Amino acid sequence: MAEEEAGGLVFHPMDQFVVKPLFGEGPVNWYTPTNATLWMALAALAITALLVFGTRGRAIVPNRVQSIAELLYGMVHKMVEDVTGKDGLKYFPYVMTLFCFILFANFLGLLPKSFSPTSHIAVTAVLAVLVFVGVTVLGFVKNGAHFLGLFWVSSAPLALRPVLAVIELISYFVRPVSHSIRLAGNIMAGHAVIKVFAAFAAIAAIAPVSVVAITAMYGLEVLVALIQAYVFTILTCVYLKDALHPAH
Amino acid sequence: MFSLLQQTAPVVVEESETVIITESAEAAGHGADAAHAVAAADAAHGAAGHAASAPGMPQLDFTTFGNQIFWLLVILAVIHWVLSRIALPRIGGVISDRQGAITGDLMAAEEFKQKAKEAEAAYDKALADARAEAGKIVAANKAEIQKELDAAIAHADAEIAARAAESEKRIGEIRASAIEDARNVAREVTAALVENFGGKADQGLVDAAVDQRLKGALQ
Amino acid sequence: MENLGQLGQYLGAGLACVGMAGAAMGVGNVAGNYLAGALRNPSAAASQTATLFIGMAFAEALGIFSFLVALLLLFAV
Repeated sequence: MAEEEAGGLVFHPMDQFVVKPLFGEGPVNWYTPTNATLWMALAALAITALLVFGTRGRAIVPNRVQSIAELLYGMVHKMVEDVTGKDGLKYFPYVMTLFCFILFANFLGLLPKSFSPTSHIAVTAVLAVLVFVGVTVLGFVKNGAHFLGLFWVSSAPLALRPVLAVIELISYFVRPVSHSIRLAGNIMAGHAVIKVFAAFAAIAAIAPVSVVAITAMYGLEVLVALIQAYVFTILTCVYLKDALHPAH
Repeated sequence: MFSLLQQTAPVVVEESETVIITESAEAAGHGADAAHAVAAADAAHGAAGHAASAPGMPQLDFTTFGNQIFWLLVILAVIHWVLSRIALPRIGGVISDRQGAITGDLMAAEEFKQKAKEAEAAYDKALADARAEAGKIVAANKAEIQKELDAAIAHADAEIAARAAESEKRIGEIRASAIEDARNVAREVTAALVENFGGKADQGLVDAAVDQRLKGALQ
Repeated sequence: MENLGQLGQYLGAGLACVGMAGAAMGVGNVAGNYLAGALRNPSAAASQTATLFIGMAFAEALGIFSFLVALLLLFAV
């Protein structure tokens, strides 16, 4: 018993990730509104508030909220344009959707007593699989069989090419795995570590250290929340570029 | 805690899925069967916390996957609809409007700058013209004044000359009368002297002698 | 026997965490080399921040994998 040996400490770092029905008790059916649903919906509301109601004025000289909305827009727009090129801008709304959802789900998950949808493999896997399937289909539709050139490294010696093709193929199919686990793992790890530090605060002697550690971890987690959203989005852009221009 | 999980695992597995999921902090109060079972297994720790972590990692609790995926897809569809229909066109429009306004303002500023340059050139020209005009007027005035001055000087000179001539004449007259007087006095004195010395003054001779003498003195 | 299995679980979880050291070195390597390059040619630094983050993400993902293995050993086995 870990908690007994630690002098009555109770560690429940994973309890915060439990999916519960929002109203009353009962089974979690596919339609049940749960705490995950609530926080995803709050993320959607926050996005709407910022990007729709914040820009209601359509001001030439923006106010503060509109500046933030334009900052997000400009950041993702520039990212898509820089990484995938001009023809990638067609898919900008989709990339923006991903970025905004992940960013707001991450940030809202940092509120005390909240729930992070992005800490769940189920959520991030869906996001990653959507990107993976979308990009693969797009690659075949745009380039046909030429898309397979992505796996045939024409700059390598001929003897090495089959080997490289296998490696490229594996790395291609690992993409959604690492894509999703990176996000979920980062968020889950950060929240669990904060929870572990919080459990140490039960001992009066090390409580101050624990509080300082939680504060530091919280600052890091704010950074991680932004960086992981950014990384997820930029990797989406990179995969999109591979689909649009499979010149390898 | 982990070993407890191991112990209670068979108990939990026997229960329906419902119980696994719904076991939460409140579950003990509701008196669910599993809560009793867990409490019986290890009453010291309280049933709630352990029952909550019954599936180990909540992330690997596959019974909630359908729910999460369904709601995620719904939320994503909503966000995508809001963004692509309302937010992104609006923000894009605002940004391009601003770009247009900035370019328009820059062009207007360029125009104003050009106008200012033209105005400055016109002002410079007017200033130069005014200066030339003023110079001309100054020169004309100067010439006029010079003329008047010359005329006045000439007039004054003439007057001075006239006055000088008059004075000259009067001086000449005075001098002539003085010479005449002196001569008459000299003649009378000479005649008186000659008579007093016992001679008989011949008026003609005396005059001639006096004139002879005076000629050198009066000249 | 159950205790032995638990021992293995805990030991395995602890050992899996050693993998995070590799990720730490990887991320540090990426950031350090980026900084070195940026100091040599500061004008090119801004254009490479995206590459920096991609590189860090790839390096970090492997550390997250080892963290995941540790969690799986603790909770899911």
